[in-house]
Amino acid sequence: MINSKDLLGIKELAPEEIYHILDTAAGFKDVLLRDIKKVPPLRGKTVVSLFFEPSTRTRTSFALASKRLSADVVNFSVTTSSVVKGETLKDTALTIQSLGADFVVIRHGSSGVPHLLGNLLNISVINAGDGANEHPTQALLDLFTIQSRKKKIKGLTVAIIGDIAHSRVAKSNIYALTKLGAKVRVICPPTLMPAGIEKLGIDVFHSIDEGIRKADVIMALRLQLERQSKGFLPSLEEYFNLYGLTDERLKLAKEDAIVMHPGPMNRGVEIESAVADGPQSVILEQVTNGLAVRMAVLYLLSGVKK
Amino acid sequence: MRILIKNGRVIDPSQNLDGFHEILIEKNRIKGLYPEGKGPDANKIIDASGCIVIPGLVDMHTHLREPGFEYKETIKSGTMAAVRGGFTTVCCMPNTKPVNDTITVTEFILEKSLREGACTVYPVGAITTAQKSEELTELEALLKTGCIAFSDDGKPVTNSLIMRRALEYSKIFDVPVISHCEDLKLSEDGVMNEGFVSTITGLSGIPKAAEEVMVARDLSLCELTGGKLHIAHVSTEGSVKLIRDAKARGINVTAETCPHYFSLTDESLISYDTNLKVNPPIRTPQDVEAIKQGLKDCTIDVIATDHAPHHIDDKGKEFDAAAFGISGLETAFALSLHLVESGILDLKQLITKMTITPSKIMGISKGTLTVDSDADIAIINTEKTFKVDSSGFLSKGKNSPFNKWQLKGTVEKTIAMGKVYEWA
Repeated sequence: MINSKDLLGIKELAPEEIYHILDTAAGFKDVLLRDIKKVPPLRGKTVVSLFFEPSTRTRTSFALASKRLSADVVNFSVTTSSVVKGETLKDTALTIQSLGADFVVIRHGSSGVPHLLGNLLNISVINAGDGANEHPTQALLDLFTIQSRKKKIKGLTVAIIGDIAHSRVAKSNIYALTKLGAKVRVICPPTLMPAGIEKLGIDVFHSIDEGIRKADVIMALRLQLERQSKGFLPSLEEYFNLYGLTDERLKLAKEDAIVMHPGPMNRGVEIESAVADGPQSVILEQVTNGLAVRMAVLYLLSGVKK
Repeated sequence: MRILIKNGRVIDPSQNLDGFHEILIEKNRIKGLYPEGKGPDANKIIDASGCIVIPGLVDMHTHLREPGFEYKETIKSGTMAAVRGGFTTVCCMPNTKPVNDTITVTEFILEKSLREGACTVYPVGAITTAQKSEELTELEALLKTGCIAFSDDGKPVTNSLIMRRALEYSKIFDVPVISHCEDLKLSEDGVMNEGFVSTITGLSGIPKAAEEVMVARDLSLCELTGGKLHIAHVSTEGSVKLIRDAKARGINVTAETCPHYFSLTDESLISYDTNLKVNPPIRTPQDVEAIKQGLKDCTIDVIATDHAPHHIDDKGKEFDAAAFGISGLETAFALSLHLVESGILDLKQLITKMTITPSKIMGISKGTLTVDSDADIAIINTEKTFKVDSSGFLSKGKNSPFNKWQLKGTVEKTIAMGKVYEWA
């Protein structure tokens, strides 16, 4: 059902492949709710995580997902590795392959790095975030969360608020949601709107009040704090005033709307605590679902003929 | 040694020549032009049947990388790539290490090219010392040593006042100031054209405005000073419009584009192939169309290569970290010939843009087959197709996005200063 040895992005997936991953993840979600949370399918397999950018949750989530599947997990830590001695990305990747890894989970600040490694290596490459391109497992876990809460994806209205231009989470979610038939709105200041984004079949709003009206799902994105110094916005306070997700604004969405955030949150910048911790928030559920989705991805890729 | 070229269709726009003539070469000069069958005896006969015989191509925008980056290209390998591509004159940009901003570097380049070069090399001197946009170089000294124009290519002259002074001061010598138009703040961190494709690849964009605001600035300064401005590597529709408008107002400006700006569109960047990374970046289909129209109506005077060879280690990296540039000398003519195939230019117009026009802009007596001129000739089969194999380039830079492309127009022989280079 999965056609590539790599998970490079949602762009590259067919809707059936996405559904297949979500269905598989549902099975693993059950495993995670058991008292003994470990299953054997990846016994003897090795997952190497290669993160060129700081990450706590994604890296930990992949590590735990691997362990739940009985794989061995090794962290290739960039700050202590040969990379700081000037080793090239290609050499690092080939070294990891030669060490006998079966999967490499890569995060890199430069878009297209997973594609480069996918072409270079025979082993499976999983994109854990590349530049402003994609973060496919985040979108998959978001879909999984929406599906489990709303029992469907098709026809839902999903509003994504924040730094669309630099957000790989937003991009992957836009591809995923539109492929499965949801209506997507993005809400952001014009400085954080990537060129031509409306061509992806989505609606663009600069006013949060208009954008979240009657939405079923609201996704707030993390605002990188350095955007202010780069001139994208005058101040974090002004950003909060214009785009912060508050209790008051949330009332404009559907009554049963759910609130999501990929984390880590800047409370008081893109979201206020009353919303993040409120009854409509599914933010911690996303984290749990992330494990199940990543187990599904590892499991399905291990079955692809290389 | 007397060489007679026969049976070819001789096209030389500099003397409005198009027909079956015979060309006699003696030593390194063109000795005579004769009607078909009337050429004299010679030691060697070159049969150019089925080919066009044209002035050796003149590239006014080449990076030979020497001194300083010999691992990317040398004067020897770069000029071999030139003759392989039908070029017999290359003008090398000053962004070497050290920068060609003093006569010592100019002398080095000239001596090295006389000793090892396969064709004629004219150095372009830097406009400002170390290309820092702070102080003018000694234009007179550089010109006397052998530079023929000035440019800070690779970098823009960010200081508008210095650019004004350069355009003013260079009037003493009536030489072109070649501008690499880029607003470095607008292009900051950018690696491809800003637009829908940069959005879906997640690569940082370089907006067209980064080029156009500088084109507009330099046109204003040119109007103000009456200097001789040449705009390098035009890539956007907006730049074409600005230049067209300036020419209509009588401003003393010329412009060039490169084959990749009319042969590729930004959609190709979806592959993340770093061989497509070039500055200015590959633009949209709309820009490509405007570039073609600009070539057709002579808003764009010249096709240059911006030959920018790089080592595999500098290209085989993550896209953001890879070097900008395309190794262009060995594919330029065939890619440009496609403009004739598609009816944008006729053959004479194309040859004009690659021979006599760049020569006139640069003030050199090249790009012509007139009697007594240098024996610089390209013999090209415009009907024969070939498959680009960048691994077989004579340039050290194998960085071509055109690898494996099927192109029409093979360079059969190049004669550079009377020396014959031929390929099977």
